[in-house]
Amino acid sequence: MVKIADPVHEKKTRKFQDLNYYSSKHQSDYYLLPFRFHRISEEREVMVNEIGDCLIVPKGTAARVIERNVCVADDPELYGDLIANFFISTTPVPELLNVLSTRYRTKKSFLDNFTSLHIFVISLRCEHTCHYCQVSRVTSDKHMYDMNQYHIDEGIKLMMQSPSPYVTMEFQGGEALLAFENIKYAVERTKQEAIRYEKTITYVICTNLAPLTDEILVYCKENNILISTSLDGPEFIHNKNRHKPNNNSYQLAVDGIMKCRSVLGEDNVSALLTTTNLSLQYPKEIVDEYVNLGFRNIFLRPISPYGFATRSATKNKYDASLFLTFYKKALDRIIEYNLKGYFIREDYASIILKKMLTPFPVGYVDLQSPAGIINSVIVFNYDGKIYASDEARMLAEMQDFTFQLGVLGEHSYSEIFYGDKASGLTAVLANESLAGCADCAFQSYCGADPIYNWATQGDMYGHRPTSSFCQRNMEIIRYIIELMDSDKRIERIFRNWITGKS
Amino acid sequence: MILKTKGKPWRIDEPIIGRVAFDAADDAEILIVQDIVPDDLRRYKAILTSHDIDTSIDKAAVYAIPGFGHLSAGDIVVVNSDGVINTQYRIDSTHNFLLFTERCNSNCLMCSQPPRDKDDTGYFYNIYSQVIPLIPKECAELGITGGEPTLLGGLFFKLLEQIQHQLPDTEVHCLTNGRSFAWDGFAKRLGDMSFKRLMLGIPLYSDFNLLHDYVVQGDGAFEQTVQGLYNLAKYDVRIELRIVLHKPTISRLNKLSKFIYKNLPFVEHVAFMGLENQGYTPHNFDKLWIDPVEYGDDLAEAMMYLSDHGMNVSLYNSQLCVTPEEIWQFSRRSISDWKNIYLDKCEGCTVSEECGGFFSSNLVKHSLGIRALR
Repeated sequence: MVKIADPVHEKKTRKFQDLNYYSSKHQSDYYLLPFRFHRISEEREVMVNEIGDCLIVPKGTAARVIERNVCVADDPELYGDLIANFFISTTPVPELLNVLSTRYRTKKSFLDNFTSLHIFVISLRCEHTCHYCQVSRVTSDKHMYDMNQYHIDEGIKLMMQSPSPYVTMEFQGGEALLAFENIKYAVERTKQEAIRYEKTITYVICTNLAPLTDEILVYCKENNILISTSLDGPEFIHNKNRHKPNNNSYQLAVDGIMKCRSVLGEDNVSALLTTTNLSLQYPKEIVDEYVNLGFRNIFLRPISPYGFATRSATKNKYDASLFLTFYKKALDRIIEYNLKGYFIREDYASIILKKMLTPFPVGYVDLQSPAGIINSVIVFNYDGKIYASDEARMLAEMQDFTFQLGVLGEHSYSEIFYGDKASGLTAVLANESLAGCADCAFQSYCGADPIYNWATQGDMYGHRPTSSFCQRNMEIIRYIIELMDSDKRIERIFRNWITGKS
Repeated sequence: MILKTKGKPWRIDEPIIGRVAFDAADDAEILIVQDIVPDDLRRYKAILTSHDIDTSIDKAAVYAIPGFGHLSAGDIVVVNSDGVINTQYRIDSTHNFLLFTERCNSNCLMCSQPPRDKDDTGYFYNIYSQVIPLIPKECAELGITGGEPTLLGGLFFKLLEQIQHQLPDTEVHCLTNGRSFAWDGFAKRLGDMSFKRLMLGIPLYSDFNLLHDYVVQGDGAFEQTVQGLYNLAKYDVRIELRIVLHKPTISRLNKLSKFIYKNLPFVEHVAFMGLENQGYTPHNFDKLWIDPVEYGDDLAEAMMYLSDHGMNVSLYNSQLCVTPEEIWQFSRRSISDWKNIYLDKCEGCTVSEECGGFFSSNLVKHSLGIRALR
C-alpha cells in the first residue's frame, strides 16, 4: 500500500512525488525478455517479442537494448516502448508474467478445437485441363472417380468426432459440381448429424463454376453454402492458365461469379488467384481485373510445387524472387487503389498483418505453428484415402503416400489423428523448434510446412536457407513491415484490411 | 446544486437516515415541517424545520434550517448529530452516487475528490446499509464512488450484495482504481456474485508503468491495476477503462490504445475524459494542464484506433468546438446535471445540445479554443 494523502484542507502538507522519483526505479540494469530482431531496410530494424508484438526502430537499437545502453533519462520514449511491450523488465521475472502467458495462450488458441476443416474430394472428374492442375483429373467413369456414399458417410462420422463445435465441410475436386448429387447427399446427411452432435457447420464448394446451374444456386442459397472459385486475371491469362476445350473458361467463371453474387450475396462468393509463369508478367492487369469485377479482396497465391504443376517445368517452375517481384508490384497496385478510395484487400498480407497487429489467433493452415496439417485440416480423398492436407493428397497423386494417414471405414479417429503417422510428424510441426526458424524474428508470423519441405527438399525438417517457402515469407513479411513503417497512410490501409473498415 | 444544509440539532445522538416528506400523508422516515406541526409524529425518525427551536416536541429534530428548496419528497438524507443534513439520493436525478469512503490507496495528481486519511468506513457502511433499502426499485442507474470503495473490504461486498438484491433492475457503476483486485481472491469474490448489472470503472493512464504510477502517485500501481483487470476478466466481471486526458500522458495516448487492444481486449468500454479543474487539479495545474486543442489529433487517432478494432469508446467532459469532428460521434453528455454548465462564449452555439459542456469548475480554466459553432 502506498502512503495515504493528507487531509485536503491542510494544503501545506499535501505532498506529491515528482516524475524523477518514479524514474529512479528504472535503471539501465534491466532484464531482457525473449525477443528476436531483423533488419528491414538500410536504416530500420524490427524487434519482435515472444507474443508477436513488434517495435520498428532505428538500426542498431536491438544491440543497444542488449548492451543495456538504453536508459529512461536519455530515451524515455524508447524505454517506455520496451517496458510497455514486454521487451525488457525491471525485475528478473516480469510482474505481469501472467499477462504474457495469457497472450501466448490466446495466440495459440487455434489449437483448442483441433481439426475443424474437413475437405471432401467429392469427385476427381473435371472438364478443364489446366496445365498447372495440382491433381490429376479424369473426364470419364463416374463410378471410379466419384466419392461413394459409404466413404461420404464415414467421412461425416469422423467429422462429427472433431472436438470443435464449429466445423467446415469443404467440397473439392476435380470439379466438385460434376458430382453435385453427391454434395447434396453429403449436405442432407450432415444436417441431421449436426443436430445430433450439436455442431455448427459451414459448407464450402470449390468450383470453376462452369457446371453451375440455377438449381445448384437455389440449393446453395437454401443451405447457406459458400462458393469458392478461381480467377487468374484477365481473359487472356485465365483462359491460357485454365484450359478448357472451348476456350471459354473465363467467361464461364465471370458469369458464374455474377450469378452467385446476385443469388447468394457478395460475401458468399470468393475467388482465388493462382500465379503462373504467365501471370508473373501482369501484376497490374490482374489486380485491375479484380477491381473491375468489383472484388473487395484478392489472394495472391504462388503456385504449389505439387502434382502436375511441377511436371511442366518451363511453365510453372519459377524462382521465389520472380514471384516476389510480382507480389510486390501487385501489392503496390492494390495499395494504390486503396489510396484512391477503393477498398480492396490482399488476403495473404492480411493474414500476416492480423498475426502482427492483433492479439488473436489466425486460422490459416499454411502459416501456422504447430502446422495446419492434421491440427486444422484433414482431407478425405474420392477413393476413401485420408491425407494430412490438400498438398498431401496431391503428392499421393504422384505416387508418394508419405502423408497418407489411413482409409475411411478402416481406421478409427484416434488411429488417424493420433496414430503413428500423425505423431511421427510432431518433431517437424513447430517452427519454434526448427533450425533457422527458432531464432527468426518472423517466427510468430510464419508457420511450419513439413509437406512443402518434403516435396521440395526431400526431407520434412527442411533447410531454411534454400527453402523457397522461407525466402518468400521472409521477404513478404519484411516488405509489409517496411511499407507500414514508411507511410502512415499505408499503415491505416493495412489496419482497415484487418478490421474491415474502409 | 445544493446537496447539504445545516440547522440546530436537537436530540440527535447518531446519524438518522431516511426519505423526506413534505406531506404527512407520504410514506417517509423524516418529515419536513414548514407550517403546522402535525399531532402524531410517532412514525417519523426525525423532523426538519425552518422554525426556531421548540423543545416541547419530543422528537429528534433539526431546527432553523435556511431552506428546503433543494429537496424533493422521497429524497434520502442523512441527518447528522451536528445538524448537517446531507442529501444521499435525489429522486429526480439520474446521477446518484454513493460515496463509500473518502480513503484511498492512490493519490492521483488530478483527483477531483481528494482522499482523507480518516477511517470512515464504518460510518459510511452504517449509512449506506440503511440508504440502500430506501432507494426506489425504479432507480435506473446508481454510482458507487470514493475514495477507493474496495477499501471497505468485506463491507464493500456486503453493500454490493444489498444493492444486487434490493435493486434488481438498477445498473450499477462502481469507480475503483482496481488495485485491490490484483489479489485473486478479492476478484473471485466479486465474480462469484455474478452481478451482471455491475460495471467497474477503472482508470488506466498510460501503457508505460512509470507514467501511470506517477499520475496515481503509487509505486507498482500499474502492475496491480493490470493484474486486477486480468483477474476481473477471468471471473467475468464487466469492466470500463477510464482515461483522463492530461499533459504527462498525452504523448503516449495512441500507444495506450494499442496496449489496451492487445492486452485488454476484454474490456467492455473505454472512456476518454477531459480534465476536471477541481480537487487536487488546481494545485497540480502546471503538471497537468494541456489545452484540448493541442491534443485533438492524438485523441482522434487513439479513439479511432480502438473503434476501428471494434472496441466501444466514449469521450466524456469534452466540448465539441475543440474536438476533431471525426470523433464527435463518441462524445457523450456525461457531466452530472448539478455540475454541468456552459460559458457565455457558448451563447448561440448550434451544437450545444449535443455538446458535453463544462464542469462548473471549468469556469476558471478551459480551452482557449472555445467558441460558439454556427
